[in-house]
Amino acid sequence: MDPRFLADTFLTLATGVPLTLKLAILSVALGSLLALILALMRLSRFRGLDLIARLYVFVFRGTPLLVQIFLIYYGLGQFAWIRSSLLWPFLREPFWCAVLALTLNTASYSSEIIRGGLLSVPSGQIEAARACGMSRLLLLRRIVLPLAARQALPAYGNEIILMIKATSLASIITLMEISGLAAKIISDTYRAVEVLMVAGGIYLAINFALTRLLQLADHRLTPHLRGGQAVAETRTQGAAA
Amino acid sequence: MTAPSNGGAGEGKSPAVTLTELRKSFGPLQVLKGISLQALEGEVVSILGASGSGKSTLLRCINMLEVPDSGDVVVAGEKVRLRNGRHGRTEAADRTQVDRLRSRIGMVFQTFNLWSHMTILENVIEAPVHVQRRPKADCVAEAEQLLAKVGIAEKRNEYPAYLSGGQQQRAAIARALAMRPALMLFDEPTSALDPELVGEVLRVMRGLAEEGRTMLVVTHEMGFARDVSSKVVFLHQGTVDTEGTPAEVFSAGSSARLQRFMAR
Repeated sequence: MDPRFLADTFLTLATGVPLTLKLAILSVALGSLLALILALMRLSRFRGLDLIARLYVFVFRGTPLLVQIFLIYYGLGQFAWIRSSLLWPFLREPFWCAVLALTLNTASYSSEIIRGGLLSVPSGQIEAARACGMSRLLLLRRIVLPLAARQALPAYGNEIILMIKATSLASIITLMEISGLAAKIISDTYRAVEVLMVAGGIYLAINFALTRLLQLADHRLTPHLRGGQAVAETRTQGAAA
Repeated sequence: MTAPSNGGAGEGKSPAVTLTELRKSFGPLQVLKGISLQALEGEVVSILGASGSGKSTLLRCINMLEVPDSGDVVVAGEKVRLRNGRHGRTEAADRTQVDRLRSRIGMVFQTFNLWSHMTILENVIEAPVHVQRRPKADCVAEAEQLLAKVGIAEKRNEYPAYLSGGQQQRAAIARALAMRPALMLFDEPTSALDPELVGEVLRVMRGLAEEGRTMLVVTHEMGFARDVSSKVVFLHQGTVDTEGTPAEVFSAGSSARLQRFMAR
């Protein structure tokens, strides 16, 4: 082990961190919106919507992310109407192909997590909200989603961590994020073990920080499960200020 | 018998709620078999009956938590518009009408149903702020008065899970009152409580009756029904078996079925 080489490798790989984070944040943000829509479709009274969502989850959860990335990157350009569409300036960029594939993939898993969260909301609390005259949208925003989010957060945190790691697959369509840079250094230097150890360490550090953030979010969201006047006190005062 | 302060007999008073020929089935089971019932403003109507007699379903038809298959529901002079929906079931024709009427009807549930992610104060101001869109500061001030009135002012910043059942139910009553309802519905409000906690909830409800609030109460508390009601309705298998003032209903000459019910 050459400390000098490790340090150089670390500095090079660190330049890939912003791209890794950009891929993960964009796809988790877009994927969570799509996942919420899919979860609501699964729970819809209209069978057609439910079936479409089921089919979507079946396909995107049942095929490898690698295959999805390849299909989107190499496949979409085969269609003339896509090449002539308004989206082509995006879809010809490997970055947006990776974001699209990661988004579609995470949405399929997350929709099931969110669906579980929605189903966990006690029916009595929903009924109390309806009895107050809340519209469906208000009920969703004020009662159902906050309760579902608290229930789904631990599982959803897992999915976000998986997504950080999944961004490494973007390297196969030329993106120079952490893993792409690592592959390049390895092919230049043939020192695979050291480079991969540094790369793994960087992912570990990112996920350590992420885990702490998730713990903090969980702590902030669940004072009602811990008791403690103090927490409630600051919350209400914060709301009043 | 403590008569409500502004009189229970109700000459010259307008009806707060009128139910006409309500019918409701769940699958093959006919729960309501054509029930008519009226509560005038300021009246306290106690609804008694064995489990399965349809009393909760009747109450839930008033704010459309259950939609009757047929019959009319008129709340504060406004008839709830129904229509035939999909699969031959009736449904509310105008959801905004139902939401508007619901915001003027306070409901208290057997299982309290406080929102678990909100403090007691947040529970109480939720509907006034977000449904009725009243200024938040006003709602907080009013909520604090209501919490003091039901005797749990010091619990305002606690979460529901840390209150006793009796305290939760009193918070739920404050939450319903915060909407300044024209009508209060109580669906077995003391049935989920430990015996020693029943009294504190009934005391609050007696207080509301003495203020002259219009209340429909599904209950097993015979003492409450006898002392506080202007009218008692005894349901049996989806029909009104006996109806009248407490004095009439609880007299020795009332229906044999009611006598048996009370003897249990």
